[in-house]
Amino acid sequence: MEQDITIKITDREGVLHTVLAPTDMAMNLMEVVRSYELAPEGTIGVCGGMAMCASCQCYVVSDTELPEMQDDEEAMLSEAFYVKDNSRLGCQIQITPEMEGLEVELAPES
Amino acid sequence: MIKTDILIIGAGPTGLFAVFEAGLLKLKCHLIDALPQIGGQCSEIYPKKPIYDIPGFPEVLAGDLTDNLMEQCKQFEPGFTLGERAETIEKQEDGSFIVTTNKGTKHQAPVVAIAGGLGSFEPRKPLIDNIAYFEDKGVEYFIKDPEMYRNKRVVISGGGDSALDWSIYLSNIASKVTLIHRRNEFRGALDSVDKVQELKNQGKIDLITPAEVINVVGDHKVDAVVVAQSKNIEREFEVECDHFIPLFGLSPKLGPIANWGLEIEKNAIVVNNALDYQTNIPGIFAIGDVNTYPGKLKLILCGFHEATLMCQAAYQIINPGKKYVLKYTTVSGVNGFDGTRKEAPKQVVKAID
Repeated sequence: MEQDITIKITDREGVLHTVLAPTDMAMNLMEVVRSYELAPEGTIGVCGGMAMCASCQCYVVSDTELPEMQDDEEAMLSEAFYVKDNSRLGCQIQITPEMEGLEVELAPES
Repeated sequence: MIKTDILIIGAGPTGLFAVFEAGLLKLKCHLIDALPQIGGQCSEIYPKKPIYDIPGFPEVLAGDLTDNLMEQCKQFEPGFTLGERAETIEKQEDGSFIVTTNKGTKHQAPVVAIAGGLGSFEPRKPLIDNIAYFEDKGVEYFIKDPEMYRNKRVVISGGGDSALDWSIYLSNIASKVTLIHRRNEFRGALDSVDKVQELKNQGKIDLITPAEVINVVGDHKVDAVVVAQSKNIEREFEVECDHFIPLFGLSPKLGPIANWGLEIEKNAIVVNNALDYQTNIPGIFAIGDVNTYPGKLKLILCGFHEATLMCQAAYQIINPGKKYVLKYTTVSGVNGFDGTRKEAPKQVVKAID
């Protein structure tokens, strides 16, 4: 599919997955992780994608340009654990064609 | 011992609607929930957020949906055991089950319906090495009885609604309230943020930001917490206190239910969706987000359907061989266990001159 982009996701066990993500289905990164079942159900996307639980926290490894962080994402990350400078909430990153080659690592469950 | 017809584990939307459907079949329900209030995720995570896919409601706030479901089922007088987590289940010789909570409350019913969503909500504990040692010795993750903080020195950490609201509440009870957060910004209802600002200005709340509690100090009980602050320069210091209350939200865990001998797949309970949402143990059903089957969707509206079919199967178990026909509420009305009756108004039959 020409609208698909390739993303590299390292799961919580350290296994690297190279996956195709559609850019025309209004999917976010958390939903991509769930659709490929890269983290057990119930351990990711707990709040459904409202930036209210941080279960989809990930570390952005590539220098891909991403949408700027909004207030609610920043506030949630300030209450989350294992937060690093490159932490983002997967649910707040909508997949767009510009994100081809994005590389992320899922943060530990907490 | 609390006895009922259907024991429902989980007081979220699916569990509450099951009370209504059971009531139409003259079956009584009792609900257990680990949270101190009803509504499950709808009230714990997103009470002020709108839902757009409840049939017949173009838009409804999750908190209002909870209120409506309670209003809808209240004439069937459901019992509640709130703030307790269902821990063990034992099958009795007569086929019924006894479910005991973590506080030892016992419940007996011929049918158990697990409507546990993603599981019971457990506090998210900060990553402090020795924190487990101080649990129940001054470290609490929930505030159950605010009176225990009267004239005590309390440190609260967190940046969301509960940290703000409890800081406000305890500022009238505790001798000292210190609120510690990693950022200067707080995330909560605007009036809570304003109120904390006001109490800070009045000297009723000590605010330490941006900072983090990194250690707990004490001998058999909390004496102080070690705070790392990174304002201009990094520094560490102790704040003396009697209680340390980390409020970093809750995360759901399937918990003890996972050990009940039920077939589990992907953190959910496998059920027979071709029939009645029964689990591999006859008499135990799983409805709503907690179950799984081919094509499962975790939607509130699917939970309502599952609850309805589960009640029909429960009726057969509780009243073996007894005849039943589906009745429409518009035709038959709703007869509450409390003596109330709802019914469609009679049509007017009158001549026109």
